[in-house]
Amino acid sequence: MARASIPTRAAPRRRSFNSDRLWSLVVLLPSAVLLAIFVYGFIFRSGYLSLTDWGNDPAQALSLNPVIKYTGLTNYSNLFGGLLDSRFRQDLVSTLFFTAFFIVACLGLGLGLAMLLDRNPKGEGLWRTIFLFPMSLSFIVTGTIWRWMLQPAGGVNALFGLDPDRHAWLTSNASIWRFDWNKLPLITAVVVALVLLGLASRARQSANRTQMWVAIACAALLVLWAFTLGNSVKMTPVPEYHGFNLAFIGIIIAAVWQMSGYTMALYLAGLRGIPDELREAARVDGASEWGVYRRVIFPLLAPITLSAMIILGHISLKIFDLVYAMTSLNNLNTEVPALLMYITAFQGNQFAKGAAIGMVLLILVAAVIVPYLASQFRRSDRS
Amino acid sequence: MKKALLIAAALAVTGTAAAAGKLEIFSWWSGDEGPALDALVKLYKQKYPTVDLVNATVAGGAGTNAKAVLKTRMLGGDPPDSFQVHAGQELIGTWVVANRMEDLTSLYKSEGWMSKFPKDLIPLLSSKGGIWSVPVNVHRSNVMWYIPANLKKWGVTPPTSIDGLLKTCATLKAKGLAAPISVGDSSFPQPHMWESIALGTLGTQGWADLWSGKLKFTDPRAVKVWTNFGKVMDCTNKDSSGLTWQQATDRVVKGQSAFNIMGDWAAGYMATTLKLKPGTGFGWAPAPGTAGTFLFLSDSFGLPKGAKDRTQAVNWLKLLGSKQGQDTFNPLKGSIAARTDSDVSKYNVYSQSAAKDWRNNRIAGSLIHGVVANETFTSGFGGIVAQFVQNKDANAAAQATQALATQAGIGK
Repeated sequence: MARASIPTRAAPRRRSFNSDRLWSLVVLLPSAVLLAIFVYGFIFRSGYLSLTDWGNDPAQALSLNPVIKYTGLTNYSNLFGGLLDSRFRQDLVSTLFFTAFFIVACLGLGLGLAMLLDRNPKGEGLWRTIFLFPMSLSFIVTGTIWRWMLQPAGGVNALFGLDPDRHAWLTSNASIWRFDWNKLPLITAVVVALVLLGLASRARQSANRTQMWVAIACAALLVLWAFTLGNSVKMTPVPEYHGFNLAFIGIIIAAVWQMSGYTMALYLAGLRGIPDELREAARVDGASEWGVYRRVIFPLLAPITLSAMIILGHISLKIFDLVYAMTSLNNLNTEVPALLMYITAFQGNQFAKGAAIGMVLLILVAAVIVPYLASQFRRSDRS
Repeated sequence: MKKALLIAAALAVTGTAAAAGKLEIFSWWSGDEGPALDALVKLYKQKYPTVDLVNATVAGGAGTNAKAVLKTRMLGGDPPDSFQVHAGQELIGTWVVANRMEDLTSLYKSEGWMSKFPKDLIPLLSSKGGIWSVPVNVHRSNVMWYIPANLKKWGVTPPTSIDGLLKTCATLKAKGLAAPISVGDSSFPQPHMWESIALGTLGTQGWADLWSGKLKFTDPRAVKVWTNFGKVMDCTNKDSSGLTWQQATDRVVKGQSAFNIMGDWAAGYMATTLKLKPGTGFGWAPAPGTAGTFLFLSDSFGLPKGAKDRTQAVNWLKLLGSKQGQDTFNPLKGSIAARTDSDVSKYNVYSQSAAKDWRNNRIAGSLIHGVVANETFTSGFGGIVAQFVQNKDANAAAQATQALATQAGIGK
């Protein structure tokens, strides 16, 4: 964007302050000011509050002029390692599992439906409406409907005569894939090392030898650190196990029901955008039907997959209303950080800690969105 | 000039209308509880017809939504004239310590309430030498509900101690009843059951010592509470985390479970909604081990500092504390009057027995309904109970509770 606005010699017209520009400035100014205050100003305020102790002392939490002390990163270190905040850590783990399953299921189902519709079945318009319809509902409505459907002794279980004790969609207490939170440095290092190795293999393909060796060296260093010094890092005073709570299955079903129609629409648009000549050409060259998909269509759909992942990813990271409607507050089996933020700030009056949870969520969402935005801007720059 | 005069006159008129009175009350009573509040509002309008009463209700069980709205209003410097709050530490630990409430001691004295409310009650509403809210109603938390006909069929009687409860549970399990005790989700039914088990394990004095800081949560006696709670949870339905308290009560009514520990709004649900007859259609007993103690919670109204219509708000509080006000509200709400001189003939069979206990029993404060601990503690405690239900680790739960109590300033 910045590059695009540099005046070039080809456009010798005076660019500053003709009436068009003035008007556009006047029209944009109010929303820019509002955005600056109500989005960025409040982000900075939350960020500052998360570094204070507002709410730790009940006497100061809600007084008219609270005395707020700066405490640095205490709230964050408590969230990630304090005895009382294991609940937050479980929520964080839950939300990562939820995000992974939600995205994979939405993409898979959306692509499958789009491929079916792409074959022009009878009544295509009707099917499209039916699949897209759930998206027109709010998460609260979806949540309420699915809460009824997944009742232990009602809904789906009653309809199909399933045993409510074995099909606990929302009420299971079990969790699988448990790991010790203290092993987090190790796990993170291994994951990052794997990503680095992936980069290295890419660099090899593009014959960038220095980049490849740097990536490999970094990965090796990380793994070395993880198994020596990193192994002795203790996050929490006692071992603490977190895993994927099976009660999330019900939430994932509802969320996928709501959003897979949307990915279907995205994919369908993408499929329709692929010219028939390309398919024909591939077929003429002797590609099987599957081969056409694998070699021609799926690569062309990759940008759509990326956009869908970004959109689904940020929805699932900040999800609140669906879970609130389905399992209400204080249900640890299906809790997500956004709910905990609400409980901490508005029930527990610990505003600083609530702000800290909010900042962690912001960073997670930003980690998903910012690279995407950057790549988008770069692309529009090039064009 | 003429126009300006006209405007000035118009302003003066609206000005005097405002002077005739406006009162904004803030509550979470809607739905089933709406008619009871409406009756009170009607009574107020009869007494003060010129006052324009604004009834700001924010719906949502136990006030979760209303409390969040109230906080943003108070922090924004726009307090309602009087707001509903659970009596006790929920008010004291949140708003009184923040110096946001007016002391109502003089109102208690001038209205003669000191002798009209039970002696044990007033200390639980007070701190730092002030009394901070007017209780409108009283609910009992430690009640165990059952269906007499079902118990007869199974050949058991309501147990009176926690050991007895566990023994009865074993008997019923042997007879093929998978979950003799029913409980709802961890939003509040499970912590609610915890407090009755704790009172039954520690006794009235032990319970009070817990909140004054004399008894640590890590004390072996307090750890025993968690062990007992775990054993009781083993007798409960596996689908608990998907059930509301009403659905947990339904299990008892349908004969899928024998007992359920819930506050006495369950009596209202069974009598009004399910049309069961108190005493014969459904029965009740104090939660095991808690006979002779009334674990209470109370909805009350307080007077925030800086209320815009203070005089009207004080009149509202006077009405709430009066015999007429309490006897208008409570029969409709399904609770009992906090005053000991209420007209019991207006109440149903269950409420009459509760009113009798209210006058004779020792009184202890409910935890999860805000009497003995502030919001920081109760909101964190919900998480500890939910975690314990997952891992059944009594020691870890006890340690976490003690850490939470220290953080929330319990017993200071």
